[in-house]
Amino acid sequence: MEWETVIGLEIHTQLATQSKIFSGASTAYGAEPNTQACAVDLGLPGVLPVLNEEAVRMAVIFGMAIEAHIAPYSVFARKNYFYPDLPKGYQISQMDHPIVGQGHLDIEVEGVTKRIGITRAHLEEDAGKSLHESFHGLTGIDLNRAGTPLLEIVSEPDMRSAKEAVAYMRKLHELVRYLGICDGNMQEGSFRCDANVSVRPKGQQAFGTRAEIKNINSFKFVEKAINHEIERQIELIENGGKVVQETRLYDSVKDETRSMRSKEEANDYRYFPDPDLLPVLIDKAFKAQIKANLPELPQAKKLRFKTDYQLDEESATILTTSRPLADYFEATLKASQSEPRLCANWITGDLSAALNKAGLEITDSLISDERLAGLLKRISDNTISGKIAKQVFEVLWQSPATADEIIAEQGLKQITDTGAIEAIIDKIIADNQGQVEQYRSGKDKVFAFFVGQVMKEMKGKANPAEVNKLLKNKLQG
Amino acid sequence: MSLTADDVTQIAHLARLGIDKQDIDSYTKDLSGILDLMTQMSELNTDNVDPMAHPMDQAQRLRTDSISEHNNRDKFMSIAPQAEAGLYLVPKVIE
Amino acid sequence: MHTKSLTELAQGLRSGEFSSVELTQHFLKRIKQYHDLNTYITVTEEIALQNAIAADARLASGQGAALTGIPMAQKDIFCTLDIKTSCGSKMLDNFIAPYNATVVEKFNQAGAVLLGKLNMDEFAMGSSNETSYYGAVKNPWNINTVPGGSSGGSGAAVASRLASCATGTDTGGSIRQPAAHCGITGLKPTYGRVSRYGMIAYASSLDQGGPMARSAEDAAILLQTMAGFDPKDSTSVDLSVPDYSAGLNNSLAGLKIGLPKEFFSTDLNSDMAATLKTAINEYRKLGAEIKEVSMPNLKLAIPAYYVIAPAECSANLSRFDGVRFGYRCENPVDLTDLYTRSRGEGFGKEVKRRILMGTYALSTGYYDAYYVKAQKIRRLISDDFKNALTEVDVIMGPVTPTPAFGIGEKIADPIEMYLSDIYTIAINLAGLPALSIPAGFINDLPVGLQIIGNYFTEDRLLNIAHQYQQVTDWHQHTPKGFE
Repeated sequence: MEWETVIGLEIHTQLATQSKIFSGASTAYGAEPNTQACAVDLGLPGVLPVLNEEAVRMAVIFGMAIEAHIAPYSVFARKNYFYPDLPKGYQISQMDHPIVGQGHLDIEVEGVTKRIGITRAHLEEDAGKSLHESFHGLTGIDLNRAGTPLLEIVSEPDMRSAKEAVAYMRKLHELVRYLGICDGNMQEGSFRCDANVSVRPKGQQAFGTRAEIKNINSFKFVEKAINHEIERQIELIENGGKVVQETRLYDSVKDETRSMRSKEEANDYRYFPDPDLLPVLIDKAFKAQIKANLPELPQAKKLRFKTDYQLDEESATILTTSRPLADYFEATLKASQSEPRLCANWITGDLSAALNKAGLEITDSLISDERLAGLLKRISDNTISGKIAKQVFEVLWQSPATADEIIAEQGLKQITDTGAIEAIIDKIIADNQGQVEQYRSGKDKVFAFFVGQVMKEMKGKANPAEVNKLLKNKLQG
Repeated sequence: MSLTADDVTQIAHLARLGIDKQDIDSYTKDLSGILDLMTQMSELNTDNVDPMAHPMDQAQRLRTDSISEHNNRDKFMSIAPQAEAGLYLVPKVIE
Repeated sequence: MHTKSLTELAQGLRSGEFSSVELTQHFLKRIKQYHDLNTYITVTEEIALQNAIAADARLASGQGAALTGIPMAQKDIFCTLDIKTSCGSKMLDNFIAPYNATVVEKFNQAGAVLLGKLNMDEFAMGSSNETSYYGAVKNPWNINTVPGGSSGGSGAAVASRLASCATGTDTGGSIRQPAAHCGITGLKPTYGRVSRYGMIAYASSLDQGGPMARSAEDAAILLQTMAGFDPKDSTSVDLSVPDYSAGLNNSLAGLKIGLPKEFFSTDLNSDMAATLKTAINEYRKLGAEIKEVSMPNLKLAIPAYYVIAPAECSANLSRFDGVRFGYRCENPVDLTDLYTRSRGEGFGKEVKRRILMGTYALSTGYYDAYYVKAQKIRRLISDDFKNALTEVDVIMGPVTPTPAFGIGEKIADPIEMYLSDIYTIAINLAGLPALSIPAGFINDLPVGLQIIGNYFTEDRLLNIAHQYQQVTDWHQHTPKGFE
């Protein structure tokens, strides 16, 4: 039988606020255990939550970016369950009235664009962490993470393969970082994914029973975990078994998913509106203010780069995946007043290669936009050739000097003085009469030999166009 | 409306509330009685009534995003039933 | 000294008639002397004396506020830094609060002297103070009767002059009912008027702290200190606080009083009805107009309340899990054992009943039938009050169906106990302010008159109560043996 896979993803993004969603404690990662858990985060008797404006703002930014309905009225609810990393015995989340409604995100898989529906996105508080190691058979609880704002983004079951799921996850990852609402650090758990996976016979309308795979925290594991789960389900059904609706945990070491018993029993979350919090009202003015400060979205920016700068699809895509990269490009372009394609080529080419090799992000580039612009200026005004420029680039990467300083110091300035070039050409023609004869008898290939000789003689500093022109004239006699 | 002892046991488990076996019956009786009182509500038609979650007809106030709380772990941990190395300790959690 | 009003005490402290230390020692002595009433869970003798010394210094330098140097006590539901805050429960018997409630902070800033923490029903769930882990409080008017609850310690302590005044909290009548049973003045402010931060939650959408004092005049001074916006409480109202003492002497001429016919039906016992009629007559003499109003949905207040309050409490009390603070059972074998035994052993019977009730009302399949239905009825009851308060300025009625009942009389029957809140509960559902003032006696037990006002009209309620207390002396009676 042919099977079709149905995947929906729930992605938890930690919002990049300074303080927690309901308290004034820091959200910084990596502090000593429980040093960033204040009375409110600990759920001490009598404490009360007060909502962080920035978390609301970030949720609205996200909603606008996926063209979703922003709820004018949203409500926080209590989700009740007992777990030691959940201090109050309930999580403050949103149920019936999420802040972000239906939206969408376009992904590309093997050159085909597909629109993935986003059901909703809601605000909630993160839980703490259970540390299972050591402590004479006991579990240690660190509540530093408790209360960190999360935006849970729930997709429609629109994905049909692990590849699509990964493409969606990557696109969302790019987007939240681009918007500056999440640092996207997956090792630190800032961007976490649960996948709902089911299979059905191809052509069948109804969904199969789904299993939820929890906390798959890398793109690689998402693909492996989903593929493994698909295989498991198909094998199970083909052997006459039934998929049970359950929560499964992916074990990256064994590359398998296993049932999570602890989450299974009697999940009756008893959601009800949190009486410590009032409805969140988002009015037109609040939205307008956010809209006015909303960064240009990747899609719009890409389009603009293609039309305004005449960039090709590939360059425009690369340059607009991250806001710092796009900003770097535009800053370099402005400072250098160079041809946009030249600028794009240098950034997506030599600079990207150098960054990759050094394992650096654009924001940590050893060549600032200003210094790169200095180099592009000299290429544009023919002070140096493209070949020499690569040499200058190497030095720029290794020293704080400007392109002009490097060119002056190393005497790399291109020779455009026709007199000087002519003198060299005359000398080379005189020294290589045999090759001149060959050229004149129709062997065009010999021309390259002459160019090479001239450039060698001039240490690469001659303007190649000028050399070509003068050589042709002289050789033709 | 009346509950059974099994219902009460199940609710108690949901609430993680230990109840002595010999008390189950009396809780069952009390809760059934209270539920009878509740059923008075069904006498009233409330089809077009908006539920009222809160006496305050106001919007949630928003707090500026700034760090106002600082490390107070020692104080908080001093009242913990069991803590070590800055962590609260509980019986082993099995996932 | 213990018979003086707050204003008289403040004058005495300023004139040098007595110092705060002397006054504090006097109250501490009385607390020891009348220890059997069981009004205090914790007496903070050392802190009280330190507060008093600081207050005397402050007063000597010509500084100080209305409550500076005045010995008062807090209901043990308010968190007090480094002082045990038990909420009347075994669960918190070992809980030394690591922070101050906003209300406590305000009294500290005012320079009040903290005598201690007052007994109460466990987690404020009860109408008799009999659910306290620390045992029942005795009513000074008759030690075989209950003081009411849940602020029973506050009511009995103020009535027996073991504190000059006290705080209370009111979720379904827990200030007004003990005030009525103990013959004192108790005010439940509008929801949102007094910060709930640090006040251990029972039912968050109903809980409200307020003053319990000997007179409306004293209550005004207390409320002045307690009220006000708190950025730590999302449900606190950002509204300026009026001068509650300024209007106390305003005339009541033309005041429109509504009497809900549902409050004065044949169900009300005849002695209560007669006592209240006499009180309302006084108001007529003071120039008020009396009018009957109707609030047809009031009868459903009890079922609605006993869905909403337990539902909220079932979640509010989940944090008591034996992990970070409070009671933990011995040698838990696993996590479930830790939870169920810590909670099973730490909570008393009434608290468990309400947690079970609330858990049930919120569970799948019952949520709409119970919780949502109760919220709809809450809206109807609230609308009943809104409508009535367009016709009249205030609503008056009984606080309790009977005067204080006997200790042990109702504790075995929870429903019987719940019905004793019948006149107070609806006000919490609506979030309105209401107070109870002493209005006479039946069989030597005090009777309270309830006055319900519109949102944020505490100043008017205090004025109306004060005018009555200018022409009557019920509030000045002292129980025998406590003079």
